[in-house]
Amino acid sequence: MFGYVPLGMAFGILFQDLGYPWYFATLMGLFVFAGAAQFMAIGLLTAQAGLLEVAVSTLALNSRHIFFGLSVLGRYRARGLKKAYLIFGLTDETYSLITSTEPRGQQDEQDYYLTITALNQSYWLVGCTLGAVAGSQADLNTAGMDFAMTALFLVLLIEQWTKIRELFPFAIAMFSGMLGIVLFREQMLLIAIATAIVVLILQWRMSGTRA
Amino acid sequence: MNGTTYLIAVIGVMTAATFFTRVLPFALLRNMADHPLLLFLGRYTPPAIMTILVLYSLRGIDLTAAPFGAPELTASLITVTLHLWLRNTLLSIFSGTAFYMFVVQTGVFI
Repeated sequence: MFGYVPLGMAFGILFQDLGYPWYFATLMGLFVFAGAAQFMAIGLLTAQAGLLEVAVSTLALNSRHIFFGLSVLGRYRARGLKKAYLIFGLTDETYSLITSTEPRGQQDEQDYYLTITALNQSYWLVGCTLGAVAGSQADLNTAGMDFAMTALFLVLLIEQWTKIRELFPFAIAMFSGMLGIVLFREQMLLIAIATAIVVLILQWRMSGTRA
Repeated sequence: MNGTTYLIAVIGVMTAATFFTRVLPFALLRNMADHPLLLFLGRYTPPAIMTILVLYSLRGIDLTAAPFGAPELTASLITVTLHLWLRNTLLSIFSGTAFYMFVVQTGVFI
C-alpha cells in the first residue's frame, strides 16, 4: 500500500502542470479518491472536457468498482458511517488488499478493513500533496510520467492472472478491447467493457446449460 | 465558467460518479449477493476490466509508423518481467515509468 505515495506524487506533479494551486490535488485525493480516474482527469482537464463527458468517462472507468463491490458484499458487514466509508474507499488497491490478506490475531475484521481503507487514503493524500507541492517548486520534466498509469494497470493485470489462472476472461477482454480500439479509439472504454460483460454473461449461460 | 469553478465542478462530478459506482451493488444487489451469475461476474469481470484498461492506456500507439510503439512496448515488457520476477508493485511501476520517461525525453527510439 506504500505504492500509493509515489503514484500519488506522479499524479500531483502532472496535476500542478495544469496550472492549478497544489491544494486541489489534495482535495481530489480526499473527495474523488480513485487513482486511475484522477490520472484520466488530467487528460480531461487539459482538453477542457464537458461535464457530461467527465461523468460518462468516470462512470465507465470506475464501473469495475461495481464488481469489486459485488464480491465484497458479504464481507462488509459494518453499519452506518463506517460502512459508508468502506464503500467510498473501495479502490483497486483497497480491494486487492482486502481480498488477499487476513486480519492478524484477535482484530475485528470490520476494523481491519477500515484501517486498510483509511491508511490507503492517507498514503494517497500524502502522495498527491507532496507531488503537487514539489512539482510547483522545482522545474521538472514530466514528459512520459503518465506511463505510471499503464504500469499500474499492467501490475494489477498480472495480479489478476496469478489469482484466476483461466484464459477466457482475458481472451474475451482482448477481443472486446481491440474491437473498441478499432471502432472508437479515444472512446473505446465504454464499448469494450459493455462487450466484455455481455460475452461473459453469454459464456455463463452456455456453461450453465452444459452443467 | 472560469478555471477554478470548472475544476470544482469536475471534482464534484467525479466524486459523485465514483461514489455511485462503488455504492451501487450495496444499494441494489444486497439480497442477490449469492446469485450464481453475480458470483460468476464478480470473479471474471475484474481480470477482463484490467485487460481492457491496459489496452485503453496503450490505445494511442501507432503500430504503422515509427517508432511502432517501441517505447511503450519496451517499458511494458520491463514492468511485466520485473513484476513476474520480484512481485514488488512499487519497483515494477517505478522502473517501467523511469525507462519510459528516459526514452521519451531523450528520444533514443525516435
